Amino acid sequence: MTRAIGAEWAKTRSDPAAAWLLASLVVLSVAVSAVTISVSRCPAAGCGADPARISLAGLYLGQAVAALAGTTGIAAEYGTGMIRVSLAAIPHRGRLLAAKAVVLGGSVLAASVLTVGAAMLAGRLILPANGFTAGDGFDLDGAGMWRAACCAVLYLTLVALLGLGVATAVRDAVVATGITLGLLYLFPVAASLAGDPAVARRLEQISPMFAGLDSQSTTGLGALPLTPWQGLGVVALWAAGALLIGWLVLRERDV
Amino acid sequence: MIGAEWVKFRSVAGWVIALVVAAAAIAGLSVASGGQGSCFGSSCTQLLGPGGEAVSDSFYFVHQPLTGNGSVTVRVTPLTSLVPVPHGGTQRVVVPWAKAGIILKAGLTGGSRYAAIMVTGSHGVRMQDDFTGDIAGPVMTAGWLRLVRSGSTITGYASANGAAWTTVGTVTLPGLPATVQGGLFVTSPQYTQISLGTTSVSGSPSQSTATFDRAALTWPTASWTGTDVGGGSGGPAAGPPTGYSRADGVFTITGSGDIAPVTNGPAGIGATLSQALGGVFVALILLAVVGAMFITAEYRRGLIRVTLAACPRRSRVLAAKAIVIGLVTFAAGLAGTAVAVPLGQAELRSHGVYLPPLTALTQVRVIVGTAAALALCAVLAVAIGTLTRRGGAAVAAVIALIAVPYVLAVSIPVAPLPVADWLMRVTPAAAFAVEGTVVQYPQVADVYAPAFGYFPLTPLAGLAVLCGWAALALALAAVALNRRDA
Repeated sequence: MTRAIGAEWAKTRSDPAAAWLLASLVVLSVAVSAVTISVSRCPAAGCGADPARISLAGLYLGQAVAALAGTTGIAAEYGTGMIRVSLAAIPHRGRLLAAKAVVLGGSVLAASVLTVGAAMLAGRLILPANGFTAGDGFDLDGAGMWRAACCAVLYLTLVALLGLGVATAVRDAVVATGITLGLLYLFPVAASLAGDPAVARRLEQISPMFAGLDSQSTTGLGALPLTPWQGLGVVALWAAGALLIGWLVLRERDV
Repeated sequence: MIGAEWVKFRSVAGWVIALVVAAAAIAGLSVASGGQGSCFGSSCTQLLGPGGEAVSDSFYFVHQPLTGNGSVTVRVTPLTSLVPVPHGGTQRVVVPWAKAGIILKAGLTGGSRYAAIMVTGSHGVRMQDDFTGDIAGPVMTAGWLRLVRSGSTITGYASANGAAWTTVGTVTLPGLPATVQGGLFVTSPQYTQISLGTTSVSGSPSQSTATFDRAALTWPTASWTGTDVGGGSGGPAAGPPTGYSRADGVFTITGSGDIAPVTNGPAGIGATLSQALGGVFVALILLAVVGAMFITAEYRRGLIRVTLAACPRRSRVLAAKAIVIGLVTFAAGLAGTAVAVPLGQAELRSHGVYLPPLTALTQVRVIVGTAAALALCAVLAVAIGTLTRRGGAAVAAVIALIAVPYVLAVSIPVAPLPVADWLMRVTPAAAFAVEGTVVQYPQVADVYAPAFGYFPLTPLAGLAVLCGWAALALALAAVALNRRDA
């Protein structure tokens, strides 16, 4: 297993596309977060805004990059036929997928720590000047903010793993990216157009993106369809389900 | 060239199936919004104004029939407005669009023509006509008002002291009958408190009172009648009832309601056509995938070398691909939207959801415009696919360019309103303005946000923004294709 991870790490390290993707994950997310933070205002009369969700607004875009990072690696192997060499070297297919998951998860986790750290720091420094002060009941140093940051890092990592599972199953970068981003962005659109509030709430409970957002919330937790940790659990279930399907397909299929 | 690309397209079963699924998704999901309303039959017949738009027309009217030309002059005090507070009783507030003034109206039927001059809660003197017309006058909350009829032309004047008069505006009401109902009115709309950014809205009906004195008519004075036009619009139960009293030539009038177009935001009523077009997003992702694959599959399999050998003029290859993908996705989108627009409306209405009246032209514009927007997205995917040569990145770029702004501005409105407006102006998501069917009225207080169907651009301008993105991406792709080794 260690050797398999070492082999995957060598592949990732030597692929300029992977480095570009991780760099753009950090840059794009922090840029969107910084813009959102700087334009958000909370009037003295109070507002329903959540400082953690404002600071992490870049994740709306960043998750697309994370998903792409998940789908690109293995789909490129299928595209070039490299997958046959990989499987000749590591015939145990579950082990190959596990090694890929560990390397992808580790590298996206590292990039996410940078992303979320920079975004939360920007929020911590700028938001108090925009009306989000302790006097108005915002606790920018509290445990809630730390939990939101942890959940955001894990969310991005899980989205990348979701992409890996889907790409392993469908073997094509375009289709895999389409499916993964569809899973992320279609639920919110569907929920906002649903006329029946019960249906909308159910959609919000099962949607990976909404569940992830719930996990990054610090205010109005009572009104959310899921608690933060439940939200992270839903995202983890999606990633685990996709990886499981990818593994089953990879095990049964001729490459 | 176009023929060759068309053969390539139709010979891949997966792409053709994706188009069929996209069309089916648009058509099928139009009935899946699950909207429920309480608007059935005659209880929900919305009044229509002279221009065919939905209007509210309820106010307290102290009037008499007036035949021919003449003028009405009166002095009015500031409005006092009341809203109910949660645990009983009322609270005095300023309702910005509460109105008190003089009105000449074709009749007492709701939706009939009128011209009026009025003071408002905090928008100064206004001259309004036929629900959509609105002319700003001097900024004052009380003073002298005068309305003069000459044939079908009506002119409004305002004065702070009754001596020096300012002309506020002149309007023409074609077909105004010789005898109109004229007199004094007070009305007071829904009082909404809006916190921007979070778009949370709380509202309650309000009622307002104003006193008028020194009423002077050039017509022979008959007796005054008080009518609650569009009655029972329901002021706060704890306040004084709507009505009027008269003592020593001083009229005290209390009214509730509004004489204005109906809006679709949280302070208005109803849904928008977008609710029936949820499938467009499914189609968008499918068509972006097909568009990106149409070019990147050639790179992946090396077919691009054969294509470029067959047609060495590379820009023409790109143009042919863009034309073929544009036409087939337009056709698929059109097949979907042509079913979804009528079917979705019928479904929403059958569940009692109120939709504003839509002209046939508007419906055709939504059908054709949405299909065109989908086709442009597919062309954008071809262009970005040519640039990146990697399908995954192309799909991610197209979806991120369109879906992320849309989700931020419309679905989960996290972005503050000005940012949401800018997102829907400059990003490719601006093309969703083709789905816009509601008009923004500055003289009605509401949240005019993309989340409620109010897009900052006109349908054509929104489509033009996406056109610009597609054209820019195609130009860059042509340069890259010509310079680069295949």
